[in-house]
Amino acid sequence: MFANLSDRLAGTFKGLRGKGRLSEADVDATVLDIRTALLEADVAVPVVRAFTAIVKERALAAAASGALNPAQQIVKIVHEELVTILGGEARPIRLAKQPPTVIVLAGLQGAGKTTLAGKLALQLKGQGHTPLLVAADLQRPNAVDQLRVMAERAGVAIFAPEPGNGVGDPVRVTKDARAFAVQKQHDVVIVDTAGRLAIDAELMQQLREVKAAAEPDETLFVVDAMIGQDAVRTAEEFMQSVGFDGIVLTKLDGDARGGAALSVKGVTGKPILFASVGEKLSDFEVFHPDRMASRILDMGDMLTLIEQAERAFDAEQTERMAKKVAQGEDFTLDDFLEQMQAVKKMGSLGKILGMLPGMGDIKAQLDQVDDKDLDRVAAIIQSMTPGERGDPKILNGSRRLRIAKGAGTTVTEVNGLVDRFGQAQKMMKQMGRGGGMPGMPGMGGMPGMGGGAKKSKGKSQGQGKSKKGRSGNPAKRADQEAGLSVTAPITAGPGSMLGIGGPGPADNTAALELPDELKRLLG
Amino acid sequence: MESSFVYAGIAVAVVLVVVIATLALWRRSGQDRVEPLAAPARVEAAAESTALLEIEVPDPAAGRLHRLRARLARSNTAIGQGLFALLSRDSIDAATWEEVEETLLLADLGVGPTNEIIERLRTALKVEGGARSADDVREALRSALLGLVDPSLNRELVTRADGRPAVLMIVGVNGTGKTTTTGKLARLLVAEGHSVILGAADTFRAAAAEQLQTWGDRVGATVVRGPEGGDPAAVAFDAVSTGVKAGADTVVIDTAGRLHTKAGLMDELDKVKRVIEKQSAVDEVLLVLDATTGQNGLVQARVFAESVNVTGIVLTKLDGTARGGIVIAVQRELGVPVKLVGLGEGPDDLAPFDPIAFIDALVAN
Repeated sequence: MFANLSDRLAGTFKGLRGKGRLSEADVDATVLDIRTALLEADVAVPVVRAFTAIVKERALAAAASGALNPAQQIVKIVHEELVTILGGEARPIRLAKQPPTVIVLAGLQGAGKTTLAGKLALQLKGQGHTPLLVAADLQRPNAVDQLRVMAERAGVAIFAPEPGNGVGDPVRVTKDARAFAVQKQHDVVIVDTAGRLAIDAELMQQLREVKAAAEPDETLFVVDAMIGQDAVRTAEEFMQSVGFDGIVLTKLDGDARGGAALSVKGVTGKPILFASVGEKLSDFEVFHPDRMASRILDMGDMLTLIEQAERAFDAEQTERMAKKVAQGEDFTLDDFLEQMQAVKKMGSLGKILGMLPGMGDIKAQLDQVDDKDLDRVAAIIQSMTPGERGDPKILNGSRRLRIAKGAGTTVTEVNGLVDRFGQAQKMMKQMGRGGGMPGMPGMGGMPGMGGGAKKSKGKSQGQGKSKKGRSGNPAKRADQEAGLSVTAPITAGPGSMLGIGGPGPADNTAALELPDELKRLLG
Repeated sequence: MESSFVYAGIAVAVVLVVVIATLALWRRSGQDRVEPLAAPARVEAAAESTALLEIEVPDPAAGRLHRLRARLARSNTAIGQGLFALLSRDSIDAATWEEVEETLLLADLGVGPTNEIIERLRTALKVEGGARSADDVREALRSALLGLVDPSLNRELVTRADGRPAVLMIVGVNGTGKTTTTGKLARLLVAEGHSVILGAADTFRAAAAEQLQTWGDRVGATVVRGPEGGDPAAVAFDAVSTGVKAGADTVVIDTAGRLHTKAGLMDELDKVKRVIEKQSAVDEVLLVLDATTGQNGLVQARVFAESVNVTGIVLTKLDGTARGGIVIAVQRELGVPVKLVGLGEGPDDLAPFDPIAFIDALVAN
């Protein structure tokens, strides 16, 4: 149901093909699509209004110039504008000239402040600082205990003189924390405050007092990526009554499109400094505006996919595969099985495939994908002996029959698996030799691939091909044009991919891209 | 054949593995070795015994919504009054409809339901022609909004079962207020004369069990806990068997917050439910949704419903400026009604949801 923007625009423009030039009415229709896409991504109404006005202006100019592919042009404009707004001046935490640097975390209840305090502390500790966590959330039952556990996990000190649960004065705690930090030589102080609603005058007053007592170098507004239209109001009120210097987006590991990022940034103009992307303390990274833009527009996001995969495959597994690839060893059915299980860890198949660019056309079918099929394939492999898994060539008729019986399926299914495995094996080998990605012949022609019962095989293949020619994602298109192979972008921008090194926005556009062959076989 | 998608998925995985493997190689050859990820974060917490508090007597459930109605009306005035003001204009032109649309969108209603309600209002008001009295408008607005929340749905919370304790499970994503809701629900049940057992099956978040213990101690409800980082299903099982042994009326199980995108964690939740069902049916699975949640709430509800068959929704944090319009989309799409609303920080600010009172509060003059 959430057709992504590029697909939707492609639909709008389908009717316009053959027209030499776009009229203003055409542009209006397009802008309406953009508006809906943004609203569905939870971008706040006032921000959407301002944003579409800018886009409309630029789109009109583009239409007037008689651009060849208006849909692509407009998506590009939208993407660029989003990146411009989201980007701004990304910067690291400002450290005080005279330590301690004080960081105050503020936000609504449940935004993830306490967890973030731990993550931030770990990050700063890794950079050679000696952070001190301050338990100034004395409201929520046992928030102090939670922070204490966080401190323990991050291996940093904590200042928690009050038991919490409504007992104690956060202003006093904050004041004392400063003195404590100076005395114990902590150079960074992170103050975790209680969650509060912006309309709660009393608590907002308290927050102002905490802030005054802390004399912070950074006040960070912590906001949940899942928040809806209320984001703007909350951000505005926090901005007005307390003020903050930067924004942190949390829970980005979910599938919320995160329009809030745009709303909050658009209204307050403060930079988004960090994104929190998981439950582990180390799941914390510098914010990437271009990825966020793609996400808001629900465009296929290869980087996210790769990151998810990195989390799903454990280090040992990766190591082993690395060795295999390097030495050109054979890829066995056991590896195949292992990877299938990792796929399951990454979420539903339909979602994974949906993350690939250009899959919009078959989204409805992707929703129908039954993850139980993975189990069925796994059952077939598990019905083989270790010898057979290592060398599927020994599979003769009787072995296949035994396997089919063991897995409760038919010999045809077993044959299908063996065939496809053969192709995958070939592909691995070729990749290992550095030959980029060969097309997996035959896989594109899998019965019903991309088409189900409704579309013929030929047609779906044809679609796949045409798709690759008109990618909606500008960054991706650039890559396509550059004809990047798998290895090329790795040297181009590994920092951005691994979330280390905190590259600026420009680096991120060097998106790691799967070669066209794969896209074709999937499309 | 759907299985072709499976192979496509695996193909993607194969490619990803190669990419990651290549990366790993590259990384190793480079100077900067990336530190391995920190050891699993589920660490034993410093168990701290909560001081015994005096047992409080919570407010009775009846009339809670009534008492809270003033607050509810205040929190939602903008939408009701705003729409009323717009629709009472002498002539409703395109610009006015646009404003109506914006008002609805701002309530997180989503594009689909918004368009539907506007259609409904358009028809209702067109028939009236030029002469519309304030009452007509109010009535049209009321019926359009009522149509959205569907008062005919059964919103009764099953809190008693024959011959065994009723079992309630509280689920949701991180930070929506599950533990708080569990605590407040326990108070609500105690106020109604139930004997309550709480199960702290959130063994993941630091100090979640302590938080629930604090709530339990306040109303004298027994809290069944397990070790931090332990198996949540085991805690849930123990809670239910404790409930059976003690002859309690209701067992409420608090679960850890989990993003619906984490397949492993959703499986875990499924397991918790399955394990409980070994000894007792689960009567209610309540999904806690934060009123500030935007369109993602629908996706959350869908995934949770698939995994554990959600029977009701608790809408929390409705006391802020957020309107929680997403529950309307959820209710329409999944047929799961809002059963409880959280209207404030006070321990007794959780109330049964009454759609008619809710809408009346919205459009009241």
